Amino acid sequence: MTSSKWMQVDQMAVANIEVSETPLVLYALRRADDALILGHRLSEWCGHAPAMEEDMALANMGLDLLGQARELYTYAAKVEGRGNDEDKFAYLRDVRQYRNLLLVEQPNGDFARTMVRQFFYAAFADLYWRAMMASSDPTFAAIAAKSEKESAYHLRHSSEWIVRLGDGTEESHRRAQNAIDDLWAYTGEMFAVDDGERGLIDAGIAIDPATLKSRWLKTITGIVDEATLALPKSDWMQQGGRVGSHSEHLGHLLSELQSLQRTFPGATW
Amino acid sequence: MATPNVPLWEVFIRSRNGLAHKHVGSLHAADATLALQAARDIYTRRGEGLSIWVVPSNAITASDPTEKGMMFEPAESKIYRHPTFYDVPDEVGHM
Repeated sequence: MTSSKWMQVDQMAVANIEVSETPLVLYALRRADDALILGHRLSEWCGHAPAMEEDMALANMGLDLLGQARELYTYAAKVEGRGNDEDKFAYLRDVRQYRNLLLVEQPNGDFARTMVRQFFYAAFADLYWRAMMASSDPTFAAIAAKSEKESAYHLRHSSEWIVRLGDGTEESHRRAQNAIDDLWAYTGEMFAVDDGERGLIDAGIAIDPATLKSRWLKTITGIVDEATLALPKSDWMQQGGRVGSHSEHLGHLLSELQSLQRTFPGATW
Repeated sequence: MATPNVPLWEVFIRSRNGLAHKHVGSLHAADATLALQAARDIYTRRGEGLSIWVVPSNAITASDPTEKGMMFEPAESKIYRHPTFYDVPDEVGHM
């Protein structure tokens, strides 16, 4: 029993699923991966946050994002129609098969860095999901209606912290400014569109993120100003997450996220 | 974990079917806005609330537990203050 189990592990440990990335499947997977990876990052704070109150807040946001990821993976699986499901998408794709933004996989760092990352993403997600409520795809419209309320709260929570960290002590200001400077180059990817997504935008299924950029920047600038912080002048942006070219951090994250299912395939409890 | 210099707040929640806000607990937060957010995250995770109040703990004036004899015992012997000595006619129904 034991030996056959380990044999099975040997055979299964490397088995990634294959995904038929039609434009709609890929579109859903990209948003699902954003939510899963950022949610996982927030879960890493569990038991480590600066105060118990914030520990709960971070875990709550992580669970919101995990819920979004599950709905999006389930929809991707349904559209794809080849027997994959939310668990297979999460646990049995290699780092190069992940399609999330580089921003969300960046390490937590200190509390300021986690909040800046959340702030940049939530300010986008809030606008994005609100716009997606008008999607011609009823499933996306329904997911958007639920996610919009969650994202709006994530934006409020992270905004309040940005203001307090920036306009707080000398040290909190320095840490918040460092985080903004380091993470800024990962924000451009949120507004990028490829040919497949362009087709979905033309069909009314997706929205063009470029149309959100001026409002996103206005939100960011308003809070950053209030926080006595500054945005970098550089407009050079990182990209690659959407096609599977990730920073070195995602592989480490996945090795932890996937370790149980990779070691004991199909394990349940 | 110690939270030095962070004020304490008392949290009151009005539930879906409740008329009044009820005290549910306390938390630490730097200011009122963060206290409200923390209250939302800690005390309404299971759909408990429709409205939240947070009050600085030091704004509450409390009775002294050692004075409970003086404060409360005089009321215990005055059962005639409870409206239980009246016969309610059947026609009144549920009051």
